[in-house]
Amino acid sequence: MQNKYNYLLLALAILLLIALLLNLSFGAVAIPFKNVIGSLLGNDSGKESWNYIILEYRLPKAITAILAGMGLAISGLLMQTMFRNPLAGPFVLGLSSGSSLGVALLIMGSGLLPTLVSGLLLSQYGIILASSIGSFSVLLLVLAVSQKLRDTSSILIVGLMFGSFTSAFVSVLTYFSTAEQLQKFSFWSMGNLGNLTWESITILTIFTIIGLILSVISLKSLDAMLLGENYAQSLGLNYKKSRLIIILGTSILTGCITAFVGPIAFIGLAVPHIAKLIFNTSNHKILFLSTLLIGAIALLICDLLTHIPNSDVILPINAVTSVFGAPIVIYLLLNKNKLTI
Amino acid sequence: MISTTILETRSLTIGFRVKNKTKTVFKNININVKQGQLISIIGANGIGKSTLLRTLTGAQKPLLGDVMLCNSNLQQMSKIAIAKKLSVVYTDRLPPSNLSVFELVALGRQPYTNWLGKLSTTDLEKIHWAIKLTEIEHLQNQKHYELSDGQLQKVLVARALAQDSPLIILDEPTTHLDLVNKVLLFKLLKKLTIETNKCILLSTHDLDLAIQISDEVVVMIPEKLIQDTPKNLIENNILNNIFNDEHILFDAITKNFQIQ
Repeated sequence: MQNKYNYLLLALAILLLIALLLNLSFGAVAIPFKNVIGSLLGNDSGKESWNYIILEYRLPKAITAILAGMGLAISGLLMQTMFRNPLAGPFVLGLSSGSSLGVALLIMGSGLLPTLVSGLLLSQYGIILASSIGSFSVLLLVLAVSQKLRDTSSILIVGLMFGSFTSAFVSVLTYFSTAEQLQKFSFWSMGNLGNLTWESITILTIFTIIGLILSVISLKSLDAMLLGENYAQSLGLNYKKSRLIIILGTSILTGCITAFVGPIAFIGLAVPHIAKLIFNTSNHKILFLSTLLIGAIALLICDLLTHIPNSDVILPINAVTSVFGAPIVIYLLLNKNKLTI
Repeated sequence: MISTTILETRSLTIGFRVKNKTKTVFKNININVKQGQLISIIGANGIGKSTLLRTLTGAQKPLLGDVMLCNSNLQQMSKIAIAKKLSVVYTDRLPPSNLSVFELVALGRQPYTNWLGKLSTTDLEKIHWAIKLTEIEHLQNQKHYELSDGQLQKVLVARALAQDSPLIILDEPTTHLDLVNKVLLFKLLKKLTIETNKCILLSTHDLDLAIQISDEVVVMIPEKLIQDTPKNLIENNILNNIFNDEHILFDAITKNFQIQ
């Protein structure tokens, strides 16, 4: 059994490498494959502009895709087990909307503050903080409501309601903001894996690693949670503490990734299910590794598909993830027995 | 054979605290359960069996009095320490997951495993021992949702066994089972008390079976709790007070409840 898992994980790792190379090889400018490799290895790729495109545009974008894909997928996995609901995920539960609200309040509200303070707040750290606080608050609210509602499908509806509420609030805010503020927010909310500086990527990497460490710490408690709250406690689990760690991990992952790349749908919901379908297990050690790999592969491929061949048009990443994610979720819903936590 | 006390309660009052108000469910509970005993708790619906079990497992705090588990006060024990002394089988439906029977039983080892939940050789031995004792070897690789209610109940007992605690508490384990499976489960539990010397405490509505097979029975009737052997309970005509209803009476000769 363990051998089978190891082979599958190895296959996924190879697939990730292939997806990465494909992602780096295709773009608006056609660059031959051997020049891509050459440029990555530090050799001359033939043209100065090719070097620049690969090292300063495609590589940062690919790394962002890997980090965001891993982080969102893992936070979906954690939420599905914690809420004992296979349809939970950062987008469905309104966490991404919470991040949007946080960022909207920051960008549009900062006009009211003195320039020095607003300049400080609008830095990358400010946006990460606002986005994380936004997703954290929504997760806490959903959790508070879920204590009252034992029925897990109502929790999802509550998440959707929070989502609508925050979007409505954001709309009201945009009504009162300046064109410049509005532009800044719109750019952010469309979702974009590119345009991140190496400095931003370092910050994203650090926060993603923190989120992933918190998730690894939670793997044992997540296994216990598969039996429900009562059993988990009878196994000696400090349920409240474990849940807090999981909430912190998911909010950091969702909040920070959403801060940098904007709200991205369906990765968090669909990827853990792909992992569960392939590995057919609920063991979180195996699910963690497989979800991590599949999340990265999925977002790399989705990003690849945003480029329409032979044209300069780039589709929004959200459109592509939804086109693939939505049918997967519908397929799972139609096969109820495939829908597990 | 001298057997040691595993669990005892001292003037225990159970109930709920809602804000500043307390709602007492049952007062002055004194029970004492020993190694190797199969003990059934019986009583009418709503009398407080579940509340009592929740208090005994530490899921709920007592209003007054103490629960002593292996000579330590339950309130002062850490969650892990409690988990090593007492395992529980609930009636809750399991959440939808891909857990196989083996993985489910293996979760019983959580109080002993490291931070990642890695199973040691001892852990694996205990898991296989529990699976063998409950005779579920043939189900090991099946998913838990593929099992019948009777099979699932055995698997949950195996999980509790793997937890390797001197006391196992089961909340109405016979509820969803047909008659054959009820009998088989009771016989399995009886066998376990004899072979492992563990103490098994359960609540049930299957009075006839409980009286026939338990070593002792805890009867909860309004305002009073009596713990005694089935024989004494029958002789003292206690069982007739359980329902306090003229339509059903206990017949001491057939050892059965009879519809009047």
